[in-house]
Amino acid sequence: MGSFPTLLYKETLRFWKVSFQTVAAPVLMALLYLVVFAHALGGRVAIYDQVSYAQFLVPGLVMMSVLQNSFANSSSSLIQSKITGNVVFMLLPPISYLEFFAAYVLASVIRGLVVGAGVLAVTVWFVELHMVAPLWVFGFALLGAALLGALGLVAGIWADKFDQIAAFQNFVILPLTFLSGVFYSIRTLPAIWQAVSHLNPFFYMIDGFRYGFFGMSDFPPLASLAVVAASFVLLSAGCLLLLRSGYKLRQ
Amino acid sequence: MTFAIEALNVEKRYGALQALAGVSLAVAEGEFFGLLGPNGAGKTTLISIIAGLSRASAGQVRVMGSDVIADYRRARRMLGVVPQELVFDPFFTVRETLRIQSGYFGLRSNDAWIDEVIHHLDLGAKADANMRTLSGGMKRRVLVAQALVHRPPVIVLDEPTAGVDVELRQGLWRFIRRLNRDGHTIVLTTHYLEEAEELCDRIAMLKAGRIVALDSTRNLLDTFSGLVLKLRLDRDSLPDGLEAEILSRDTGRFTLRLRDYAALEEVLHRLRGAGAAIRELELEPPDLEEVFLRVMAKH
Repeated sequence: MGSFPTLLYKETLRFWKVSFQTVAAPVLMALLYLVVFAHALGGRVAIYDQVSYAQFLVPGLVMMSVLQNSFANSSSSLIQSKITGNVVFMLLPPISYLEFFAAYVLASVIRGLVVGAGVLAVTVWFVELHMVAPLWVFGFALLGAALLGALGLVAGIWADKFDQIAAFQNFVILPLTFLSGVFYSIRTLPAIWQAVSHLNPFFYMIDGFRYGFFGMSDFPPLASLAVVAASFVLLSAGCLLLLRSGYKLRQ
Repeated sequence: MTFAIEALNVEKRYGALQALAGVSLAVAEGEFFGLLGPNGAGKTTLISIIAGLSRASAGQVRVMGSDVIADYRRARRMLGVVPQELVFDPFFTVRETLRIQSGYFGLRSNDAWIDEVIHHLDLGAKADANMRTLSGGMKRRVLVAQALVHRPPVIVLDEPTAGVDVELRQGLWRFIRRLNRDGHTIVLTTHYLEEAEELCDRIAMLKAGRIVALDSTRNLLDTFSGLVLKLRLDRDSLPDGLEAEILSRDTGRFTLRLRDYAALEEVLHRLRGAGAAIRELELEPPDLEEVFLRVMAKH
């Protein structure tokens, strides 16, 4: 097993020590979205029969929190280590690039799932919700979190400054999540924007995750799962190649 | 024979800049080895390559016989590195930092040794304090402790005493000497040449990415350094034909540079021959700083 358990422990302990920022804050943020959007749009937007807008919104918010926090965990942890220089403590020991990848991604998954569970736990007080297919819920959350954890790791490897991570978050992650159907169903969009939405990998994660709650989705869930899994495999391969080459970590 | 560290024709280029231009050296097991050179000579680059933090453009490096690329797992287990920069992870306490570092080497029940390292480096009072709250000197000690958690046979210290107060410096050296007596190989870079002179068995001097001197400290001192003789005489002139460079003269006071102790005999002999009486005499033995300056000037 070597270094992997310790690196995973360190990465998990790192966000847990500041859980007020890394867990409580995103849960509050999601709750605010729910209150504001459900109040503003509730009753005006109907997506599926027998599903209120607030009910529709909650899974989207949960998954959005999972994805954003998974990305934030690996990217911010690595960029901090690079900038403060303490990344050297992970480069000196015999940690293989596979162990490095697995620990960072898994810690991101843990943070994503903890935040997601937190959002769900808080919102069910306000909105009545049932999971018709919990395995789909869990499967999409897991794969989505892993995908964003790997993406965060790539961003952390590539970036030299905090600004670049922030730019990545604001100009890539945020638009892709907001335009993925968290707050609306893409079926309500004009045909052209529906087609564009299908190019957004976040759409498949949100849509598939939502399927687990309502048994209904805009896209077949198995196909969504395949898209997400393929994206994860591709991105992981790229990330592992970067790590193996020592890109920006070992000059 | 297995060397603690063996570098063969190591080159490192950063674009057009040649940081190392073919460095070869071998450090024997149990040695206390000094790596000296002006800023930018390539010391830290060489250490980075030995530690696997950076990859050589050409050449090979082995630690305790293991190639740092091909057999990096063993090579890194054999090596403890104290980095030059005062880096730390602000999320953890001293003890957490050491436990985590230990775990990176696959050692998960290492508390007895961690306690010992904490004790020897006088970190006991701060063991459960967050790294952020530590003074610079304390952080430096934690860096040393981190390099030792996996009991590496070879320890590399990259300017460990830069910006460290005298007390800590001495404590640190006592500890490092002890490790060396216990059989650890020590490789040290420092800008304090008196430290290197006092501690190192052998010294390599680097300049512009090349080794310009590599010998035992004793030989370096004997070969390159002269003596400085300060005299006060009963007269204002020196006898003719002294084979010494006169560094300064001032009404009866003279500072001479001598090649070696034989030259001292010669000077005393001529002074006696000229009937000069010596009022004061001071002899400064060779020091590494002098050697260093001469070697650097020559290359």
